[in-house]
Amino acid sequence: MTDTPAAARRTPDRPLVVLENVNKHFGELHVLKDINLTVHEGEVVVVIGPSGSGKSTLCRTINRLETFESGRIAINGTELPDEGKELARLRADVGMVFQSFNLFAHKTILENVTLGPMKVRGMKPAAAKEHAMELLTRVGVDHQASKYPAQLSGGQQQRVAIARSLAMEPTVMLFDEPTSALDPEMINEVLDVMTELARSGMTMVVVTHEMGFARKAADRVVFMSDGAIVEENTPEQFFTNAQSARAKDFLGKILTH
Amino acid sequence: MIDLIEQAQLLPAFFLTIQLALWSAAFALILGTVIAILRLAPVGVLNALGASYVTLVRNTPLTLIVVACSLVLWGQLGIEPASRRLPDGSGNPDFISSLNFRLGVIGLSIYHAAFVCEAIRSGVNTIPLGQAEAARSIGLTFPQSLREVILPQAFRGAITPLGNVLIALVKNTTVVAAIGVFETAYRMRWIAEFRPADLMPGFALVALGFVILTLPLGLLVSHLSQRLAVKR
Ligand SMILES: Nc1ncnc2c1ncn2[C@@H]1O[C@H](COP(=O)(O)OP(=O)(O)OP(=O)(O)O)[C@@H](O)[C@H]1O
Ligand SMILES: [Mg+2]
Repeated sequence: MTDTPAAARRTPDRPLVVLENVNKHFGELHVLKDINLTVHEGEVVVVIGPSGSGKSTLCRTINRLETFESGRIAINGTELPDEGKELARLRADVGMVFQSFNLFAHKTILENVTLGPMKVRGMKPAAAKEHAMELLTRVGVDHQASKYPAQLSGGQQQRVAIARSLAMEPTVMLFDEPTSALDPEMINEVLDVMTELARSGMTMVVVTHEMGFARKAADRVVFMSDGAIVEENTPEQFFTNAQSARAKDFLGKILTH
Repeated sequence: MIDLIEQAQLLPAFFLTIQLALWSAAFALILGTVIAILRLAPVGVLNALGASYVTLVRNTPLTLIVVACSLVLWGQLGIEPASRRLPDGSGNPDFISSLNFRLGVIGLSIYHAAFVCEAIRSGVNTIPLGQAEAARSIGLTFPQSLREVILPQAFRGAITPLGNVLIALVKNTTVVAAIGVFETAYRMRWIAEFRPADLMPGFALVALGFVILTLPLGLLVSHLSQRLAVKR
């Protein structure tokens, strides 16, 4: 798969992430109900929905941090394999940004970003470092490169986490509420980086309640409720003219805040 | 006093105690880490194997393990971790003492590995789940995430319990007197038998010797556990 020519990889409307009839349970709880979702190359999809509706589980299932029982998930044409080396390789192509940053606490900022390229991609230390510094500059934390995560603010840590994902040169990036653990004054610095990323053509699936970001950067909003995708639309249509009762109810609640 | 130390050969005995402790600590650390890895691996059979080892060894008295090393490992199975001959072919005059020493190290290592394993696991429990998930999400395989992310943080979080295992190990070396290693406790018995009048100062000297060994160890451990703690 990896030796597809670049021209073929950039074909517009090429499906990158495909979920077909995906079902998942946590014990009795049916968390993902017959999920069908296709994310095309370069597309930015915002996933929105009430707490407990399965948004995080959806994200985590896409890169197989969670297993699922039935259906199929393919990334870039390759179906997710079972646990093992093959899966690790595929995961390297899917960037993931967590709500709680999850930077490696015992490594410096620079080491956080170079670890994957060196261990997974076999990059030489000098090249990995150079690339990492470029990315840290891009997200605006290059001055902190030799510090440890605990010495950085939440917003800075999350930007480093984005750089760490980008260092793997992923084909798609997943964001699970990347700004909801942040103090309000730090939210925008992270959203700005994400908006820039979206403009640069990165394929993104973003779980967020930041409507400003959805309006500015998303091509499509997917509304989830009780483990199912209830509604999909452009941001403009979704926020001004939601169709389902559950979406209207949900929007009513978050818009009053 | 000086003459008691000399006659009872307390200095070479303490030297032997230190050697026992160092070798056993090294092997227990390696074996304990391997067992901890078995218990962390995403493979049921390995987990069960690691768990059985810990349960079995932790609940067996150390004396029994050490004596079993001597009587079963060597006596019955004929496993001889020392050589009867020197490289030049002549008989090894230290055969028995080095055999007993090595059997003692094996017994101590087997026993303390179980505690090392549990200490490391307690260290693993200090690591938030997200660390392993982040490691997996950038494409590290299980062995890679163990080596790069989990174990380094686990060791740092386990310095205090590991230190306690080490201190216990130093004191537990006295058990191998039972299989004829002429370490400190063995010499203690010698004093009781041949210099009964000096029993009290003898005890005091040996106790002091162990304090000299373990006290700095304890200080070092608390220093390291603060210096190397992972800031979150
Ligand atoms: N590991 C787990 N074991 C059991 N149940 C779980 C587990 N993880 C999540 N759940 C349950 O699955 C449901 C969906 O959870 P999920 O975290 O995907 O929701 P979410 O939409 O991300 O919610 P939030 O907005 O609060 O983050 C919830 O009811 C949750 O309690
Ligand atoms: Mg969530």
